[in-house]
Amino acid sequence: MVQVSMTVNGKAVSAHVEPRTLLVQFIREHLRLTGTHVGCDTSQCGACVVHIDGKAVKSCTTLAASCEGAQITTIEGLAHGGKLHPMQQAFQDNHGLQCGYCTPGMIMTAVDMVNRKGHQLDEATIRHELEGNICRCTGYHNIVKSVAQGAREMGGAK
Amino acid sequence: MHNFEYAAPASVADAVAALAKPDAKVLAGGQTLLPTMKQRLAAPTQLVDLRKVAGLAGISREGDAVVIGAMTRHADVAASPLVHDAIKGLGALAGLIGDPAVRHRGTLGGSLANNDPAADYPAAVLALGATIVTNKREIVADDYFKGLFETVLGEDEIITKVKFPIPEKSAYEKFRNPASRYAMVGVFVAKSKTGVRVAVTGAGSSGVFRQKEMEAALAANFAADAIKGVKIAAANMISDLHGDADYRAHLVGVVARRAVEASA
Ligand SMILES: Cc1cc2nc3c(=O)[nH]c(=O)nc-3n(C[C@H](O)[C@H](O)[C@H](O)COP(=O)(O)OP(=O)(O)OC[C@H]3O[C@@H](n4cnc5c(N)ncnc54)[C@H](O)[C@@H]3O)c2cc1C
Ligand code: FES
Ligand code: FES
Repeated sequence: MVQVSMTVNGKAVSAHVEPRTLLVQFIREHLRLTGTHVGCDTSQCGACVVHIDGKAVKSCTTLAASCEGAQITTIEGLAHGGKLHPMQQAFQDNHGLQCGYCTPGMIMTAVDMVNRKGHQLDEATIRHELEGNICRCTGYHNIVKSVAQGAREMGGAK
Repeated sequence: MHNFEYAAPASVADAVAALAKPDAKVLAGGQTLLPTMKQRLAAPTQLVDLRKVAGLAGISREGDAVVIGAMTRHADVAASPLVHDAIKGLGALAGLIGDPAVRHRGTLGGSLANNDPAADYPAAVLALGATIVTNKREIVADDYFKGLFETVLGEDEIITKVKFPIPEKSAYEKFRNPASRYAMVGVFVAKSKTGVRVAVTGAGSSGVFRQKEMEAALAANFAADAIKGVKIAAANMISDLHGDADYRAHLVGVVARRAVEASA
């Protein structure tokens, strides 16, 4: 067993876990934050994307033990005071989800994208940046629209 | 995934000591090793995580080379102005690996130790004539790759950094498998004072290789037309559900010409 301590959505957490515990298992099963999803076993679908120290990563392909001391943000950490994060709101406004399974990973990837690429994102950039996130429902069209709106609104534009 | 013991040593020496346990393995970004362990294709009994080892990550210019630490993430290479200014093809290559999340974790050292026949970095290392530095020795690129997923690295050998000589011009062109984003064919072209080197990944049935006929033709005339006549034999090409050997052989020519045209 290994002792892990990290900050998840601003809260200090620590636990004794098996070394093989994946970050996503730690988040879902130990912390009971089940917004982060597991959609594949092959590191390809992106449903499990969270931020480690501000960067999007696949939590199914990271050991919890490797996140000792890290700052983690999950989908549960985006909304504040009952108000959705602008990227969450954009997905709602644009019908950017159907079943919603891929959505937490899409939104975490989108927020990371804006942090790196800014608030004016063209369609080609958004599609390229979403390569690691698979959606079986929407056909991506409304996801791309959502990300573009969310990016603008994260910059304060309406 | 089978269970294992986990260590996160703070120095290369301690990491090497931890690797002495039977079936121990280094963990870098985990973007290849963890999926492999999840599928039980690998079951190390001890993982030695390099994340705390000092001095393994970073990018610097040393004389006429760019030196990149083994634990440097693909995203950091892709975002480095130093790399883009000095070796344009290398910066571009790093930005084409996998997807953003993979690039945030995956490392140069992990990619080279793994030597997947469809991985991107091996093409840059071979075409640029880079030197791989380990805790034990320095290995020139031409001696390093030994076939599919095989290198000359020993069991307890850790890559610490890679020295990339700065060429006059370089480019990497990648024809991606649209599903996996690995290279169906990737060609790295580097032109320097000592000549031209062309390395091909994704296509060869024994991994990355140099295309010496193209190198000779380009040394005489560095233009896409100069290699139009070079025939690529299908005999040593990968054939799989994504493309047969003839198709890959054809792609090598097309992608190589694009790389020459894009060289800067
Ligand atoms: C969805 C997905 C898409 C991908 N697409 C691409 C792609 O398009 N192109 C591409 O090139 N790659 C791709 N990859 C692979 C990715 O680049 C990996 O990051 C890389 O191959 C391995 O690096 P790592 O740091 O994650 O190593 P790990 O997975 O941690 O380790 C890989 C192997 O290298 C050994 N190792 C690691 N570091 C060292 C070291 N310093 N010294 C000695 N041995 C070491 C480990 O013991 C292990 O055997 C993809 C991966 C995924 C999950
Ligand atoms: S669950 Fe992590 S990539 Fe699919
Ligand atoms: S909304 Fe169903 S998988 Fe994307």
